[in-house]
Amino acid sequence: MATSVSALTRIRSARLAGMSFTDYGFYVLCGTAIVLLATQAVIDPRTFFQVLDFGIADGAIYALVALGYTMVYGIIELINFAHGDIFTLSAVIGSAILGFFAVNESSFSLADLLTLLLVFPVVMLIIGGINVTIERVAYRPLRNAPRLAPLITAIGMSFTVEGVMYLWHGSAIIHFPDLLPHGAGFQTYIGGVFFTFKDVFVIVAAVILVSLLAVFINGSKLGKAMRATAQDRDAAQLMGIDINRTISATFFIGAVLAAAGGIIYGLYFNNLDYHLGFSVGLIAFTAAVFGGIGNIPGAALGGLLIGLVKAFSDNYIGSRWTHIIVFSILIAVLVFRPTGLLGMRVPEK
Amino acid sequence: MSTLDDHILVLNNVTKRFGGLVAVDDVSLSIKRGEIFALIGPNGAGKTTLFNNVTGLFKPTSGHVILNGKDITGSKPHEVARLGIARTFQNIRLFDYMTCVDNVRVGRHVRMHAKLWDGLFKLPAERREEERVTEEAMDLLRFVGIARQANQYARNLPYGQQRRLEIARALATEPKLLLLDEPAAGFTPQEKVELMALVRKILDRGVTVWLIEHDMKVVMGISERIVVLDHGEKIAEGPPEEVRTDPRVIEAYLGKSA
Amino acid sequence: MRNRVAAPPRSVWARLHLRERIRDRDTAIYGVLLLVALVFPAITLYTTDGSTYLIAVAGHAGTYVLLAIGLNVVVGFAGLLDLGYAAFFAIGAYTYALFASQQLLASPIHHAYHFPFWLMMFVGLLIAASAGAVLGFPTLRLRGDYLAIVTLGFGEIVPQVFQNFDQWTGGINAIGGIDQPTLPAWVTGPWAGADSISIVAPFSFSFDPIAYYVLIFILVSVAIVLVNNLQRSRLGRAWMAIREDEVAAAAMGINTVTTKLLAFAIGASFSGFAGAYYGASFGLVSPDDFLFIVSITVLVMIVLGGMGNIPGVIVGAVTIYFILNWFLPLLPPAVESLASSIGLGSLNSRAGDWPGLGNETQNVTLLLFGLILVTMMLLRPQGIFPSRIREQELKHATAQEDEAAIEQAHA
Repeated sequence: MATSVSALTRIRSARLAGMSFTDYGFYVLCGTAIVLLATQAVIDPRTFFQVLDFGIADGAIYALVALGYTMVYGIIELINFAHGDIFTLSAVIGSAILGFFAVNESSFSLADLLTLLLVFPVVMLIIGGINVTIERVAYRPLRNAPRLAPLITAIGMSFTVEGVMYLWHGSAIIHFPDLLPHGAGFQTYIGGVFFTFKDVFVIVAAVILVSLLAVFINGSKLGKAMRATAQDRDAAQLMGIDINRTISATFFIGAVLAAAGGIIYGLYFNNLDYHLGFSVGLIAFTAAVFGGIGNIPGAALGGLLIGLVKAFSDNYIGSRWTHIIVFSILIAVLVFRPTGLLGMRVPEK
Repeated sequence: MSTLDDHILVLNNVTKRFGGLVAVDDVSLSIKRGEIFALIGPNGAGKTTLFNNVTGLFKPTSGHVILNGKDITGSKPHEVARLGIARTFQNIRLFDYMTCVDNVRVGRHVRMHAKLWDGLFKLPAERREEERVTEEAMDLLRFVGIARQANQYARNLPYGQQRRLEIARALATEPKLLLLDEPAAGFTPQEKVELMALVRKILDRGVTVWLIEHDMKVVMGISERIVVLDHGEKIAEGPPEEVRTDPRVIEAYLGKSA
Repeated sequence: MRNRVAAPPRSVWARLHLRERIRDRDTAIYGVLLLVALVFPAITLYTTDGSTYLIAVAGHAGTYVLLAIGLNVVVGFAGLLDLGYAAFFAIGAYTYALFASQQLLASPIHHAYHFPFWLMMFVGLLIAASAGAVLGFPTLRLRGDYLAIVTLGFGEIVPQVFQNFDQWTGGINAIGGIDQPTLPAWVTGPWAGADSISIVAPFSFSFDPIAYYVLIFILVSVAIVLVNNLQRSRLGRAWMAIREDEVAAAAMGINTVTTKLLAFAIGASFSGFAGAYYGASFGLVSPDDFLFIVSITVLVMIVLGGMGNIPGVIVGAVTIYFILNWFLPLLPPAVESLASSIGLGSLNSRAGDWPGLGNETQNVTLLLFGLILVTMMLLRPQGIFPSRIREQELKHATAQEDEAAIEQAHA
């Protein structure tokens, strides 16, 4: 494909032309951050590792949401503004299902544990279905429309999903039962750092999900179809790949991860509201860009790093500066690494 | 050998590497003022890459590009255009949703003087310049023979006319040297004849022409000198008759067995 | 992949006719807008017995029209997606608010400034434009959506900075008591509560909706003329060329970086301008007025109106502003009175889980707005009044679709 070859060479040239300066700046940036953090780690290791622990747990959730953004972007170059709200909706639905079966923290039994385990696949299926429907209704008809048209419907869908939750719960705090085992038996001090089962759960769950995704993307036929479609939709179609089905699958998988993220968020933080998806979505999307949008390991890495940046900034600088810090780092990284940390795997179209 | 003054463009040992791949390998050549110079070679020989190195799209890994005795190595594309090199693209790159006349007017951009304020307030000087530029653009469309399509979107032109429009747009920058990247690709024999006539007309305007072309009839028909690239290396140089019979060229095109 | 198949041939005359008609369409829209803008205040004053409320609303809508015209330069003309446009709006507003109120008296410099509005409007413009240039300079080489993210980040940072430096800006307490513009003389009359038409000199705007309406009308008119000029100038063509094909534009001698930077700075300057007006007309500037949602709203306005086409963008801005600030807020009482009038008044009162029809309507507005956006976009993907270009683009895409369908059928 002549166009993509010339695009590739252009990208390479852009890279090569500015390599010394940008890479230098990037390494200075990273180095400064590492030195600052290392200093903290030496001065007060206890706090440092505590913050690290929290940052990783938080980052794991962002990673799950960021994956959905990056997959959708990779395949149809759409910033799916509704994704953060899909994430919130899954926590809301999960909480409703648990409420329906009267599962709550006061009398948690083995049957309830079973319900909790069932909530995951059920919510994943529901949310997956909703996301696929959104794609069908709001994005697919605009696939050949001017580029920004689907962006606007995505914003509209974001409002719509938030509107549904608002209609359901109003602006009230929605409680998600605190079902993960906690208390004396499920927390421990290691070297003065406080670890809870919750942290471990979140991290392990995220690692398992991301690994499953990696296996799926790299190993399955559908995963290959997704990668091919992301690379070059026309060529993939000529090779007999059903584009519509592949895109639907991408939205489904993205939503499944967001649903898992939503329930894990609920279990971890226990409180949410209809508007949560807006801020989580913004940060998760930033994480996706951070890692190199369209790049799946990049999104996971980006989510993790954003979680860490947030935790460190909250603790060492002050939470009211965190928003500024996160987005300043984002801009700085993009200035020095124009295609995110792990570079770009998606050709320019 | 002629003196350096006769040469509009000189490439000294230009090399371009992409990672481990050497796309252009130590190529030196010089183009005389007022000649039609052809660059040929099998697919992937590095011809377009060499064009890109000359026009500033790429920066050569090493070597020098000298235009009119001035080293322009590593200049930005817009600087190269200002200095007098214009080009067309192998896969036509027009401004699809602009009219033909607007495409050519964009080409005039680099020779226009209107500043932000002039345009913002439509000052008389800007109006006069716009009028002049529109006429010049129409002249160029007439020159390449698509004046009747002036108000159509570039996208809606037939393929052959798009190639012509691209040439008109390039000429609008008042180049001293025009680089044509496979101008006859996809042309019918009749269109090729017309193209050759057009290239000669361009030469008559005082523009030196350097073209990449696969069609040997076109190359042999109009070019005065030919350079052959293979795997990024220059393997032959000379007048058409000489190059045509060069065993290395035949080998590059037909493979060793032939 | 490029498609060489041209659109089905039509006669030159048919094409000319179409072009003629579309040009007429834009003139007609300008005409209608002008007429409405001039007649609207008179009608409102007459029908509402001298209430200037709607005129004030229209004045605020004008702010968004200015914003939309400015963002259109960046997104519609130059094709750069800007998701943080509100940042420049904030910069303009805070520039005026800080230097035309008592605010800085409480700041570390202990001195309040009261520069005149007319000066600060241009200072706000310049500062916003500079901010655009400063942000754009290192980031404009980023391709497409990465730039969008940088602007998004900038849009997130700026209001937060104004909030955090509360020693200077009062933080979330906002800046109030902002000076009103003054003029040496002004005409007053029955529409403003005076007995007869007379001259007031000197005149302070003091939140007079009619005076602000006249001001924004003039500002918007000037903006329209200037942006139209730009579009048809050397710079306007360069923007379009970059939007169409950046590599080709550079090869034709266009300095893509400075050209994009100019789009960014000029777009920002409109926003700075609008910010000063905003600060004056509300008399209050708070970090919350410039959140992401504002950037998104303006983007929605221009895409929905018809990106790249100035009259379309204005119509889009007015439409969305009207939906958000008039239609949706007035919906609950309207639904209530409708229910009463058709004998379902009982629905209006609260009962058990039912919050009452009015409240329920209130709860549904967010959902409704989302659905309106999606529906409008699906019905008019190229916008309400698209530029000729976008219309073509869509037609072409549809033609491609048809070809693909035919190919599949034959395969």
